Amino acid sequence: MSAVQIVIAGFGGQGILFAGKFLAYKGLLEEQNVSWLPSYGPEMRGGTANCSVILSDSAIGSPIVTHPDVLMVMNLPSLDKFEDAVVPGGKIFVDSTLIERKVKRTDVEVHYVPATQMATDAGIPTLANMLLTGKLMKEVPALCGGDWEAALKKVVSARHQELLAYNLKALQTGAAFEG
Amino acid sequence: MKTVFQKPKALTDAPLHYCPGCTHGIIHRLVAEAIDALGIEGNTVGVAPVGCAVMAYDYFSCDMVEAAHGRAPAVATGLKRAMPENIIFTYQGDGDLASIGMAETVHAATRNENITVIFVNNAIYGMTGGQMAPTSLPGQVTQTSPYGRDVKHCGYPVKVCEMLAQLEGPEYLARVAVNNVKNVLSAKKAIQKAFENQIAGKGFSLVEVISACPTNWGMTPQKALEWIDEKMIPYYPLGVYKDRSKEAGV
Amino acid sequence: MADKVLMKGNEALAEAAIQAGCRHYFGYPITPQTEVAAYMAKRMPKIGGCFLQAESEIAAINMVYGVASAGKRVMTSSSSPGISLKEEGISYLAGADLPAFIVNVQRGGPGLGGIQPSQSDYFQSTRGGGHGDYHIIVLAPSSVQEMADLTVKGFDLADEYRMPAMVLADGTMGQMMEPVTMGSYQPKTVEKPWAVTGTRMQRPHNIVNSLYLNPEELERTNFERYARYAVIEQKEAMYEAFLMDDADICVTAFGIASRVSRNAVLAARAEGIKVGMLRPITLWPFPKAPFAEAADRVSAFISVELSMGQMIEDVELATRCKRPVYLCNRTGGMIPSPEQVLAKIKEIAGGLK
Repeated sequence: MSAVQIVIAGFGGQGILFAGKFLAYKGLLEEQNVSWLPSYGPEMRGGTANCSVILSDSAIGSPIVTHPDVLMVMNLPSLDKFEDAVVPGGKIFVDSTLIERKVKRTDVEVHYVPATQMATDAGIPTLANMLLTGKLMKEVPALCGGDWEAALKKVVSARHQELLAYNLKALQTGAAFEG
Repeated sequence: MKTVFQKPKALTDAPLHYCPGCTHGIIHRLVAEAIDALGIEGNTVGVAPVGCAVMAYDYFSCDMVEAAHGRAPAVATGLKRAMPENIIFTYQGDGDLASIGMAETVHAATRNENITVIFVNNAIYGMTGGQMAPTSLPGQVTQTSPYGRDVKHCGYPVKVCEMLAQLEGPEYLARVAVNNVKNVLSAKKAIQKAFENQIAGKGFSLVEVISACPTNWGMTPQKALEWIDEKMIPYYPLGVYKDRSKEAGV
Repeated sequence: MADKVLMKGNEALAEAAIQAGCRHYFGYPITPQTEVAAYMAKRMPKIGGCFLQAESEIAAINMVYGVASAGKRVMTSSSSPGISLKEEGISYLAGADLPAFIVNVQRGGPGLGGIQPSQSDYFQSTRGGGHGDYHIIVLAPSSVQEMADLTVKGFDLADEYRMPAMVLADGTMGQMMEPVTMGSYQPKTVEKPWAVTGTRMQRPHNIVNSLYLNPEELERTNFERYARYAVIEQKEAMYEAFLMDDADICVTAFGIASRVSRNAVLAARAEGIKVGMLRPITLWPFPKAPFAEAADRVSAFISVELSMGQMIEDVELATRCKRPVYLCNRTGGMIPSPEQVLAKIKEIAGGLK
């Protein structure tokens, strides 16, 4: 049995839930069991947002991720909140443009990606979420394979298919980042 | 022998339970006459209220639904949305329509829901034995206003037609009475028009009928009819409060 | 078979309702079920259906009563405080023997409570909820697929038994996305000669009513209704047994609590503890038989709930208190963690040795 439990967290409006949906759809296309659970309520409108994503070869029990294997954070409150929950040996992906402090844990693998800055430089300032997700996928073997574009097509709405290329560019830029 | 008077077909043979001198019977008859005149009985569904007319479902020959207290306009909304080709009417008293069901009344009106509402205003809760209604007059003595309705304590009567006339939604709002032959004849016309409007797809049509409750008013039937002229109509003037087809010059 | 798609529980439920033939939806906004209304608002006008935002939950349930009287499939959805407002109408639906489909995506209470997931409306829904002698069918999905499947089931059961059916979900079930397959439903068609569609001057008038001023008649009506309930209890109870064959301890949970408990049961098994789970899928009728049967084999039950302990009473009743039933719970919008449930299992297993 292999499963990967992911938490993605940041501010509402950063595309936190979207990034999670993309990963869930990618799992679905690879015929894995998947679940996606958002935080909901007033925090959707400008406060902090997070989602739990699970991809697994076997049936998924609780959809709530309390101890993520993979944590992706795009603001400081989210790092503060979830850092200690990551399993030993887990991976943390930090948008280092928005989070100045370093991860305190020493038993996890940390990747600092200046995602917001890189996205701005690449002319896709609203896609820092996908840029960081690209790096995450590159570094997590269970998420690396598969058809990224096909999964994107599932989550980018039909009305905005022109955004597909930008999203793919963000993923690839993130994946290519060494650091 | 020539028949000069008969029961409308849209009324069943069930004996009415109303008190002597109560004018619900006349209003039932006027509704049934309109249904007969328009030939819509087989296509009509009525909604009965909670109040004195709670058993109206036994008296009308068309299909009938009994609603919870005040909810008849919402139930009628459901019926009409499910069956746009059917004719839907509600028959409600003042407590039902203007107190507990005020929200449903106002919102059905503002949606211009294509239904016909027969609103019987007798200024008292009849079925429960004569308590103060939202339409009880200032100073009116009832079981729950034994010293007369004190407007400083419990506010003023609700003038439903005047209030609803402020809304853009409703098609037709009229107040009539059934305390004399002349008034009964105008009431008949207004009620029929309220059904015709629905058939024509025009929308929310409400006829407020000033009605007598001799039992709970503590009067003889004759005195009760006079009281309508003396007290009720001055406070609740008869007339058409809104008629969109007229406004449009139709 | 249709493709698997990822859908939120609320949206899957709404789509399943449409596939079940529901063309009338009435509701009032409340978190965390608003996606149901939003989905219906978008879809209904395109398929000749009717979505109407009512002025209140009370109006919405009475609009449901109207459509149900006309013999058509109809639904409303809300969350706990809104369901309390609908209970008057639900009692009338039950009293008038009208089929209707109601969704409660529960949140914490009492009062305005919170907006996070809860199961604290168990008593309200399984005991009828409004005034008078009656029950409604209560279905408790534990996945997005079941949010869809049990919706179609709910419409079918409601029509078949002429009574309201409810999906009792919670914020998690409503908000989470999972793969779901739809499109192969074959909803039942039930004749409704009692519907008020107009007499066409061809039959005596139909009356939809819950008023019986004659007590003998009301008593007879209630007896008849309960005879129908007895058939439902016998035929329609649904549950899932998970690793129960050799279990010493029986965890019981529904909805999100059963998902959490599943993790805990597997973890306990990995440590050699013989534990299984009974998951009621219908909460009314409560699946009494498997519990009675388990009571002869297991040493203890653990009821895992997002409430102060409500289903636990049905477990005690179904087992006639033959074995102890322990409570493992969080409330107010909190969800037990698998660790908490595992700790409880270990505590009980330790006490048994």
